Order: sequence, then C-alpha cells, then structure tokens
Amino acid sequence: MSGHVLLIEDEPNIAEAMRFLLTREGFRMSHLSEGDEVLARIRSDRPDLVILDHMLPGMSGLEILQALRADPDTRTLPVMMLTARGRDRELAERAGADRFISKPFSNAEILAEVRAMTGR
Amino acid sequence: MPLSALTGTRLRERRLALGFRQADVAGAIGISASYLNLIEHNRRKVTPEVLDRLATRLDIDRTALIEGREGALVEDLRAAAARAAPSGAEIDRLDDFVGRFPGWAGLLAHLHTRTQTLERAVEALNDRMSHDPFLSQSLHEVLSSLSSVRATAAILAETPDLPEDWAERFHRNLHHDSERLAAGAEALVAYLDSGSAIAEQGIAAPQEEVEEWLTGRGWSISDAEAATGLAEEIEGLASAAARSLARDHVARAAADAKALPEAVLAKALAEFGPDPVTLAARCGVDPMVALRRLATVAEVSAGLVICDASGTMTYRKPAAGFPLPRFGAACPLWPLYAALARPLQPIEARVEVAGQAGRRHRVIAISTLRHPQGLRGPELREAGMLILPDTEDGPVLEVGSSCRVCPRSACLARREPSILSADVEAPV
Repeated sequence: MSGHVLLIEDEPNIAEAMRFLLTREGFRMSHLSEGDEVLARIRSDRPDLVILDHMLPGMSGLEILQALRADPDTRTLPVMMLTARGRDRELAERAGADRFISKPFSNAEILAEVRAMTGR
Repeated sequence: MPLSALTGTRLRERRLALGFRQADVAGAIGISASYLNLIEHNRRKVTPEVLDRLATRLDIDRTALIEGREGALVEDLRAAAARAAPSGAEIDRLDDFVGRFPGWAGLLAHLHTRTQTLERAVEALNDRMSHDPFLSQSLHEVLSSLSSVRATAAILAETPDLPEDWAERFHRNLHHDSERLAAGAEALVAYLDSGSAIAEQGIAAPQEEVEEWLTGRGWSISDAEAATGLAEEIEGLASAAARSLARDHVARAAADAKALPEAVLAKALAEFGPDPVTLAARCGVDPMVALRRLATVAEVSAGLVICDASGTMTYRKPAAGFPLPRFGAACPLWPLYAALARPLQPIEARVEVAGQAGRRHRVIAISTLRHPQGLRGPELREAGMLILPDTEDGPVLEVGSSCRVCPRSACLARREPSILSADVEAPV
C-alpha cells in the first residue's frame, strides 16, 4: 500500500499541521477545504485513506461518507472521521466510518491511527 | 356525591358563622331540625331543592357550598394526581383531604406547581444546550482553534530539526489560533453570562407570569392606563420574555381602546348586551377586538381564551366555574376549536363544564384570519372564545377542562384516560 492520504478539512491551520506531520512520516498528502469536489477527486486520485472533517462548508462530512459507502467502488475505502460531539460520532458510525478522532486530537494519536489504517 | 362530601360541613360552618340556630334555619326552609342535623354531619344527601333553599337562607353561593372555597385547590391536586398517575392517591376522598388538612393540601399543590416549574426549567436548559445554534457554533469554533493550537504546538515542541521557515509559519499560526481561541472563549462566557438569571431560563413560564400580573390588576387596564404603556409596572416582571409579552398585551389593549373606546363600548353594551358579533358590525371593528374589549368590562364578568392556529392558548382570562387547564391542551369539544376550523363563522353555545355543580356558561367563539404580508405571506389564524355566565335553560354541550382531570368517562372526544375512575357529577 503506497500511502496517499486525502485530507478534507476547512481549518487551514489544522490542515497545515497535519500535512507537515504526515509528509514527514513519508505519506503523500493532498488537501481539500470544502466538500463539493471531494467525490470527483476521490474517483480520480484513488487515495489510500481519507481523513474527513465532520463540519465542512458545502457537502457535509456525513453526506460525503454516505455517498462513498453507497458507491461499490469506494465502499471499502478507509475513512477516518474528525468529529467533535458524541451525537455526531454515532451518526458517523452508522454511516460507516472506520475510525474516529475527536477534536482536539493529539498528533501522536493521529499518526498512530493513520499508520494502523494504511498498514505501515 | 363524592365531590361534595363536605357540603354538610360547609353548611354547618356557615350557619354557625351567622349565629343561626339549627331549628330556626330548618323551620325557615320547611325541613325538620333532625334532618338538617343529618345533612350538616354529611350523613344525608341534600337534594338540589333543599340545597337551593339553604343557600338562599344562609346567603351563600350554591357552587361554593358544593365545591367549597377550595375548588381551585381541588383542581390543582387532581391535576397533580393525574401527572403522577398511577399514584395511588385516593381521588375519591380528595374533598375529605382538602377539607381536613387544608394546609397540607395547599403545600402539596404548591410542591406540584414547583415540580412542574423546575421540570420546565430543566427542559429549557436542555434545549438550550442541545439546540442553541449560537452555543453549538461557538463550541465548534473553540474546538477547532484548540485542535489547531494543540497540533501546531506539539509540532513546535516535538520536532527538534524543524526548518526555520516552517517554525516561523507555525509560530504565526499558533499566535493567530490562540487569538481566535481567546475571542471564542470570551464570546462563550459573555453569552452564558448574559440573561442567564434563573427567571430568564424559563423557570417561570412567561405567560403565567403575565397572567399573574393581570390577575393582580383584576384583568383590567383602563384606556388611559393602556395609553401610557404601563412601562414601570412591566419593569417589575421577572423575565425578559414576560416583560415582552406584557408590553405586547398593553400595546394591543391600547390599540383596542383606540378602535373601540370605553364610552362607545359602554353605550353599545347598554344597547345590545355582550354580543361581540353585533359589536364588531356596529362599531366597525375586528371581531377579535370586540371579544377582547368585552372581556375587559368588569360588569360583564366574562372569561376569554384565545388560541393560535396550532390550538395553543395564548390568552387565558379565567371565568368563575370554568376551569382552564394550566398546562397542556384543553377539551377538544370547546367551541373555540370548532370556530378555529371555521374562520369568521361565529359559534354560540351553552356549555356545562364537568364537575362544576351543573353551572352553565354561554360561550361565543369566533376565529379570524390575518395576512400581514399580503397574498403570498403566511396566513395567521386566531380564535377567541368569550365565556359568559348563564342562567337560562336549554340544551347544553357537555365539555370539560382537560381529559386527564375530566370525569366524563364515556366522552367520545376523549384522547387519554381520566384519572377520575367514576362519574362524579354533582347533582343538578
């Protein structure tokens, strides 16, 4: 498994910190800050892992997740969801997210999960 | 006659208070002293005819004899038992309880009201926590900045060989995010601080607060008072929501007074009595204005309920012998709701509310439509029901206050079981 991570996060500073962190670990990172183009991008880029923020402008994280799970092509694509509240987490679980990270997360936590999910 | 088990006791109290001898009273109304003695000790049922004669002789209201002064208290306790059902409370001996332990009964009713008030407060707080868009938005903002601060600070602290340009960038981000975090936290604190006095959080229902205020004024605001706006009195109300409702009430009273001044109203009343439909037609006012104005005249002694299109009561001026439910929905048989479905068609009916010793009322209900934003705006529907005292005979519509505390067990409009097991109609 190569290690292409697509991050969908609307907070530029969080995205920057995560990009730095994961790039240093040898992952290839791409980043989108809103939900609308995500599905097309996933189809064209075929990332190994998607990190999805729950609250996004445009299409919400949950809607994206539901769309991914409905498409046979992306049904098994590993998705890590960044959530804040308990109720959101339940909804994401039902929609088929593989892992959850609650904000505010620690860098070590993120790294460990990403490594586990990409098998590195 | 379980509702009035203490009628005899009340008769006796009244007679003794007036200093009459048993034999004299019995003689005056044509019954034997020993029969009166049995009645006074609640050991004989009193027939309506004898009750009427006794009430006249002792100069006391017949309903007061049957219900006692504790009528409202009994209603409250019945509602308390209904809410806690099955509570095991001996509803059939409620009158006995209230009669013998008025203090404890009052305390129980008070505690019940207090419980409901607190429940409402918890609900309000809960709503506020889970549905308040500002709170949820602020928390999201704080969590986002915090996540960013944490991730960035950890990189700065834990990356020994961090290139200079990256370090600079992360420091800038950190500074920016800590400012955002501070601003977000301040906004949260300010929000939670402002208007978070207990009364503001729905601990006292604003409508009840306003009703209490109006009750204190005898539900009357003179035209002159309405014109002043009564700002000072309204300032005395505890919650902002109640103050706002009270201001609306006074503003509407002022507008009503302008449309139909006291002098015109008095003249019209003298001419054709408390008829809101004629009043509206002759004086060229909206029927709702006519209803509200009639309810302000003390001599008419009318109650008035107004509901919006959802059936929720927005105005509750009580009438003697016509209990209005304090919480929740009212009796679906009220002509108020029939009128709500048929705008501008007045409905007049003679009604008898369950458990009110056969007391009757004449009610006049009418509903109106408003389109404040014209053709494509929302339609606002409102219905009002004037509750007038009535002494005439004729067919009556049997209604209740609210299903839970209504004894008409066979009622076809019933939506939930009553807690009153048997019919407890007072004899007519």
